[in-house]
Amino acid sequence: MGGGWEGGRSAPSLNLILFALRRFIGFAATLFVAALVIFYLLDLLPGDPAQFILGISSTPEKLAQLRSQMGLDAPAHERFFGWIWGMLQGDFGTSYTQRAPVAKLIWDRIGVTLPLALFAMVISMAVGLPLGIIAARRRGKAVDTGIMILAQTGVAIPNFWFGMLLTLLFAVVLRWLPPGGFTPWHEDPLLAFRGLILPSLALALPQASILARVMRTALVDVSGQDFIRTARAKGLTMGEAVWRHGVRNALLPVLTILGLQFAFLVAGTIIVENVFYLPGLGRLIFTAISERDLVLVRGATIILIVAVTATMLVTDIAYALVDPRLRERGAP
Amino acid sequence: MGRTIKSLGLAVALASAMTGMALAQSTEVRIGVALEPPLLDPTAGAAEAIDIVVYQNIFEGLTRIDQNGEVQPGLAREWTISEDQLTYTFKLQEGVTFHDGSAFDADDVKFTFERILAPDSVNAHQEFFTPITSLTVIDPLTVEMKLDHVVGRFLFDLGRGDAVIVAAESADNNANEPIGTGPFAFLQWDKGSRVVLEAYEPYWGEPVHLSKATYVFIGDTATMTNALLAGDIDGTNNFATEALGVFEGNPQFNILVGTTEGETILSTNNRKPPFDNLKVRQAMAHALDRQEVIDGATYGYGTPIGAPFAPHNPYYVDLTGTYPHDVEKAKALLAEAGFPEGFSATLKLPPVAYATLSGQIIASQFAEVGIKLELINMEFAQWLDEVYTNHDFDLTIISHVEPFDIGNYANPDYYFGYDNPEFQALVTELNGTTDEARRKELAIQAQTILAEDAVNGYLFELAQTGVWNAKLSGMWQNSPIEGLVLRDIRWAE
Repeated sequence: MGGGWEGGRSAPSLNLILFALRRFIGFAATLFVAALVIFYLLDLLPGDPAQFILGISSTPEKLAQLRSQMGLDAPAHERFFGWIWGMLQGDFGTSYTQRAPVAKLIWDRIGVTLPLALFAMVISMAVGLPLGIIAARRRGKAVDTGIMILAQTGVAIPNFWFGMLLTLLFAVVLRWLPPGGFTPWHEDPLLAFRGLILPSLALALPQASILARVMRTALVDVSGQDFIRTARAKGLTMGEAVWRHGVRNALLPVLTILGLQFAFLVAGTIIVENVFYLPGLGRLIFTAISERDLVLVRGATIILIVAVTATMLVTDIAYALVDPRLRERGAP
Repeated sequence: MGRTIKSLGLAVALASAMTGMALAQSTEVRIGVALEPPLLDPTAGAAEAIDIVVYQNIFEGLTRIDQNGEVQPGLAREWTISEDQLTYTFKLQEGVTFHDGSAFDADDVKFTFERILAPDSVNAHQEFFTPITSLTVIDPLTVEMKLDHVVGRFLFDLGRGDAVIVAAESADNNANEPIGTGPFAFLQWDKGSRVVLEAYEPYWGEPVHLSKATYVFIGDTATMTNALLAGDIDGTNNFATEALGVFEGNPQFNILVGTTEGETILSTNNRKPPFDNLKVRQAMAHALDRQEVIDGATYGYGTPIGAPFAPHNPYYVDLTGTYPHDVEKAKALLAEAGFPEGFSATLKLPPVAYATLSGQIIASQFAEVGIKLELINMEFAQWLDEVYTNHDFDLTIISHVEPFDIGNYANPDYYFGYDNPEFQALVTELNGTTDEARRKELAIQAQTILAEDAVNGYLFELAQTGVWNAKLSGMWQNSPIEGLVLRDIRWAE
């Protein structure tokens, strides 16, 4: 480890800057291509936003009127560059159906979806990781089998159905928690939090199951490695060796999975937000697609793509900082 | 599953009956509705979801439609109509204010209709008001409207959500911050979640019983069921019929079954062979078994119709016997039309339960007479594009929910493409007639022509199936116009 650092301070930092720059150009190019694809793909989608607003008793004149007001009669490339130019200035356009700025609509929803995804992530780690460790330590025993059956079931149960069972028990029968809905944070933070408990549990179940399985496998792999044997030779018990050296090393593949799971978590919120009638980003996109509110769909999708690619950019750079082998080889 | 939910529901009912007594008298109500409105201005969109929240609650028109579909005075307390039926003079209510405190007067009426008629207006039903040729403010409480031809239902049209009175200062913001003259004022809209209204104290009319009403948007039926059982919402105006069983026999809930203006039809592309052949359409009418469709698609909650006309309308005539269910007759007619072996066609279905369920049943009924249907499910936006706008379809199923929309059949460019000059002349005469007896006579003639021509397959009138907390009263049982009027809703003592 660390050969590059001893070689002097200036060279690696220049390397790092070049690496970051390369990554950043890649990031911008990805975004541009993504924007291009989103724009033209949605343009091809059958269905006219103006028709959707006017319904089934509209006259052709009204339709033409509304289309021109919404700027739908301009050529596609003109609208594409108008859209990009607007976004660069922070203007995401105005929603067709809601007649409100897209940026504000999205911002309002992030306050629900982000905490929901974070809670779900925390719960899945708090439940999945210890179970995975226990299963690995008791490999082949009844506990291990029990946990793995549980994890298999957790992956197999659709989270909307699990969500409904949770509601039936905790909201309908016991009445401990609301069956759905959301009180804004600024109105009553406690109520807002209570509203997110059941949905984040529903969302966390498959994630926790996957994490438990990955954690178990990783730990079992690591337990057979030389450094564990060395630790044992040093006089540690198997338990101590695994806890001090094994878990830390097994966490690397787990973290990779955790990063990948984030995209699934975001996809999962679309369904879970519908089951618990939460005003989140997922439900916003879902309705916007069915109402052909293309401006809104495009804006929200771009935000999600920026979030995911930016996370990847940051992870790449952070990896390079931690592991010099990466930046010296250039790029993976 | 259904039984489990039911017994759970009973347990909950018992438990909350005990705790319920301790609670203080409430003046707030939480109502679940399936669709969130895209905006809250009823003069800028056709979506029913807009009217559900705002119609007669936030906004009022010159007239208002009551729960029997009758025209009542609204912001116009009385009116006179000239001898030639072309000049309407409205006397306005005194002491009316908008929710922002500004006063309502004749200028607001003039502004409202000028806005509807403006070339850049996006009103979904501008055509109802184009006969207006002049608007004159006679004094602050008197307005005169002149029409270029007699419009039989003009006073009804003035009572629609499309014609509610708005103020010049606030009209542009009504989409997101509606300001009207109604008994409830807009408080807040948490997009994706709920709209909150509160009683407007200075309201000019009878004070309302509720102090606050919250509309909660819940799209999923199972979720709505849970929300009702858990008491998170106090009721919903139109609950999916397939899940009504959960609440039947539960003393905590009251199921309110009423009528809507939704005629559900098997729309037929009259432009396209073989559907341009009357014999083929008659054969399809004979092949239909309405009761089977109603039982399967609406769990028995629909009313059979024989023409595109609401059964509770005073002009209604029962024409369901015109082409009774008769498989042999249908086959014979198909053979006469040159299709002894039947034919194949597509049936495009929008994503609503009544359509997808009816579609499957009709496909099996048609198969018996040799018509093979290919079912194609599609999103609503796609349906609007392909079926409604581009007329690219053979058959489809849809509910026409506008009150008194028989006039669509007089428009040869309408999506099902029915072109009958005799019928068109009849509708023109009907629209220009104000005498009730004569109107009824013409309406019956019109229905009879449509029934005999079998323009579309007439299936059933959609029912309105509300589920409400048994302690609530004052909800409209029928829905003669799109809306969910809060005016009379109250909790039992």
